[in-house]
Amino acid sequence: MSAPGINDFTLRVATVNGTGSASANGLLMKAIFRMGVPVVGKNIFPSNIQGLPTWYEIRVTGDGHAGRDGEIHFVIAMNPETYADDLASLAPGGVLLYDSTWPRPQLLSRPDVTVLGAPLSAMCNEAFKAARSRILMKNMAYVGAAAALLDLDLDVIKQLVTEMFAGKEKLIPLNMQAVELGRNYALQNFTCPLNFRTKPMEKAKGKIMIDGNTAAGLGMVYGGATFGAWYPITPSTSLMDAFQLYCDKLRVDADTGLHNYCILQAEDELAAAGLVIGASWAGARGFTPTSGPGISLMSEFIGFAYYTEVPLVICDIQRVGPSTGMPTRTQQCDIQLCAYASHGDTRHLVLYPAHPGECFEFAAMSLDLAERFQTPVFFLSDIDIGMNDWMVDELTWPEDYVPDRGKVLSAEDLEETKAFYRYLDVDGDAIPYRTLPGTHKKGAYFLRGSGHTKLGRYTEKGEEYKEVVDRLYDKWKRAAAFMPAPVVTPASRPARLGIIAIGSSDGAVREARDRLEAAGMPVDYMRIRGFPFSDEVAAFVEAHDEVFVVEQNRDAQLLGLIITETAAQKEKLTPVLHYSGEPLNYRFVYDAIENAVKVRKIA
Amino acid sequence: MTSFVKPKIRRKNEPLNDLGLARSDYDGAMSTLCAGCGHDSVTAALARAYFELSMDPKDVVKVSGIGCSSKTTTYFLRDAHGANTVHGRMPSFATGAAAVNGALSYVGVSGDGDSLSIGIGQMAHAIRRNVNMLYMLENNGVYGLTKGQFSASSDIGSTAKKGAANTLPPIDPAIFALSVGATFVARSFSGDRDQLVSIIKAGIKHRGFALIDVISPCVSFNDHKGSTKSYAHTYQYYHKAVHADYVPPSEEIVTSYEEGDVMPVELHDGGIIKLRKLDADYDPTDRAGAMDHLLRSQATSEILTGLLYIDESRPDMVEHKKLTDTPLHSIPYAKLNPGAEALRKVQEEFR
Ligand SMILES: Cc1ncc(C[n+]2csc(CCOP(=O)(O)OP(=O)(O)O)c2C)c(N)n1
Ligand code: SF4
Ligand SMILES: [Mg+2]
Repeated sequence: MSAPGINDFTLRVATVNGTGSASANGLLMKAIFRMGVPVVGKNIFPSNIQGLPTWYEIRVTGDGHAGRDGEIHFVIAMNPETYADDLASLAPGGVLLYDSTWPRPQLLSRPDVTVLGAPLSAMCNEAFKAARSRILMKNMAYVGAAAALLDLDLDVIKQLVTEMFAGKEKLIPLNMQAVELGRNYALQNFTCPLNFRTKPMEKAKGKIMIDGNTAAGLGMVYGGATFGAWYPITPSTSLMDAFQLYCDKLRVDADTGLHNYCILQAEDELAAAGLVIGASWAGARGFTPTSGPGISLMSEFIGFAYYTEVPLVICDIQRVGPSTGMPTRTQQCDIQLCAYASHGDTRHLVLYPAHPGECFEFAAMSLDLAERFQTPVFFLSDIDIGMNDWMVDELTWPEDYVPDRGKVLSAEDLEETKAFYRYLDVDGDAIPYRTLPGTHKKGAYFLRGSGHTKLGRYTEKGEEYKEVVDRLYDKWKRAAAFMPAPVVTPASRPARLGIIAIGSSDGAVREARDRLEAAGMPVDYMRIRGFPFSDEVAAFVEAHDEVFVVEQNRDAQLLGLIITETAAQKEKLTPVLHYSGEPLNYRFVYDAIENAVKVRKIA
Repeated sequence: MTSFVKPKIRRKNEPLNDLGLARSDYDGAMSTLCAGCGHDSVTAALARAYFELSMDPKDVVKVSGIGCSSKTTTYFLRDAHGANTVHGRMPSFATGAAAVNGALSYVGVSGDGDSLSIGIGQMAHAIRRNVNMLYMLENNGVYGLTKGQFSASSDIGSTAKKGAANTLPPIDPAIFALSVGATFVARSFSGDRDQLVSIIKAGIKHRGFALIDVISPCVSFNDHKGSTKSYAHTYQYYHKAVHADYVPPSEEIVTSYEEGDVMPVELHDGGIIKLRKLDADYDPTDRAGAMDHLLRSQATSEILTGLLYIDESRPDMVEHKKLTDTPLHSIPYAKLNPGAEALRKVQEEFR
């Protein structure tokens, strides 16, 4: 596989949480992006505010891959506590840069890597007076050293520093001074640049760097959401932060100063669900962002919304479970939970965005689907998509977009109707009409989570009950046609092997697929984007001898769902499971499939 | 069992209100509660209050949790939208609905189990947000629907039907509501229709969260000797502290206030609540004083009733959140969509 080279390597910065390194790392990545070189950034951070180790990984990928590599070629080791791990993490031939103010001879234990020491703290302590600024300047100093070693464009860095300190211009020369300290030291003491490094390209035109939660929050604004409620939980908080930010900017009435939106911080997730269901029942387009623990708490209300047919959008930004799990690490572990959340026979609509671009698009789509089908819709993202910056196409919004508000009767409609029955399938499409409070006395009805007839009346009669829940099943099935279609990447020649994946696995899977094909193993790839599944899924399995279902959980949840919900033959499906909590990398997928193929050949 | 549609019978010469509606136009489905259940009297009082206020039923939204008490939202105002939600979670549902359309009048019906045990968190936060709604806590000291377990409002020493005495301290909804910032706290009794109707009217007209703790005996599980929530016990210890009358804006000018204990509280709709103190030293606008009286009455087993506390000055949720007057469901999409140029600008920082 690829060795590190020009615009093809992975850099990892190891720091301590709470030392202000995030902005320095963001600057590094942005600088490479501004040089027109595709990047993949992954923040691997602890559940802690200050003191625990944190890593920022930047993959520089001139070929434009979207996932992680799996190998690390350059480490900027700023956290003595993790020196040993950081040294061990390097691929042979790799380079480690550390702060040699305090020399560490044990770092020399690996003869196959190059260790570079730069006295960053000592230089910063000498140059800067304030203690807090010394720590921050040390971060800028390693940016400088990296700039020399990786041949980063200094003008680009200067421009970024200028933007970063807009309004605090005094800080610009100080920060640039720190950058220069690190850069000059590297230039004078090391062979610069390294043989793997950056080189300007033209591949970032029309692209932006954005995280999925920000894109989803923005998507909710453009999708016309007017109501949001949430209880803070990592990693979903930044979605509501974004919605709030853009609402404050873009949704305050200029004349009156009044808000065209309502955001409520709930007392817990049960309340968050109740708030959104109440608001949606009353006619607002609402949503709540949360993560696995929140879904567990919302379960009773989710079943209520399903059975009473109230639109409900829940964004689940998945994190590692069970229980509190590893709250800042990523997984796809709520696939089964979201498909069937709540007691009794319940099944929901689920969207699986794969990157921030789709987060933007699917946010609005989830609002449309919830209102069209009058049912809960899950927007199933994860930490990797939600909290990392991804290079994606600039977001655009279709000018002709009209929100799909579903079947809502107006006062005029009701005036003309003889009688309104909330759960009657008037059009034969399994979707009844609904009315909003305050519209018309003929539209009044009683919403209840207890047994009801198709006319909306209370019942304990089995046949009347069944009539309604059978229609609900029918309605759910019909929704399959409205979910975004699977994306198929075919091999360039007929393939007996296939891969199925969802969401954030996409980048790594696509790269693994490309490389397998290049190595003589053609594989077709289908990325599923919604549940209920399209019939294409079973057809894809049918068309292959073996299909690898790649997912990020222990229990093969997606594979299980495919077996339960499609006609796909179980024997053909092989799980490829990654659940360490770090974002998936292509080598993992490649190796798993290559090994499986080898084993089959021997057998 | 199915729900019974109550036949609509209008008697001759039935009085009509300003909308031309009769009292029976404020009815709902036939009650399926036990005969004599206090909750049915509360339902009747609610219907009467809306009738007397000449409110259009379609502009009222009824919400409830789960329990015998929570069932009653079907038994009045058949022409209003209603929702029977999940146990203890009505406040969040009501809050969401109330945020959408500030022009409607919201009434929540709950029980002591629904509100004080499983739902105490949600009730507290709806109070804190000062959601503009009437909140009826139909308090019988037991879980009626699950057949007679003690609820959190049971007094120490009150006995269950089978004889066991409650040993845990009660949660007094009025004290609790005051402590978390309620702007309207009242207590009444299902057996005192006049007081209940006038307090309900005041509660409907109060802008903000109006809690009415209504002692509403459960004849099946908590009306025996030894129970402190029985009809007999309530009659015996019932004490009226403040009487409240709602006076609509139109009548205001012609009403003259009697000297002495009458105290007018101006409402946001231009109407007035006339408070008549029955206890000379009770001031229903003094939060600490109200708390003091309530704590003392708890010690003497006296059931302090009336409008116990009112504060019209705090903004309700809609005002606090600066929501537009247009219901959230009717804001045109053109107003909600910031447009392509804004999207381009927003993305500058991502380049
Ligand atoms: C989640 C959940 N747990 C338990 C129940 C069972 N349950 C139904 S009503 C009720 C208590 C109702 O008591 P209260 O609110 O005082 O109403 P009452 O019947 O006394 O009017 C309980 C525990 C339920 N419906 N849902
Ligand atoms: S059980 Fe009690 S609370 Fe329930 S309906 Fe009967 S009397 Fe009323
Ligand atoms: Mg009760």
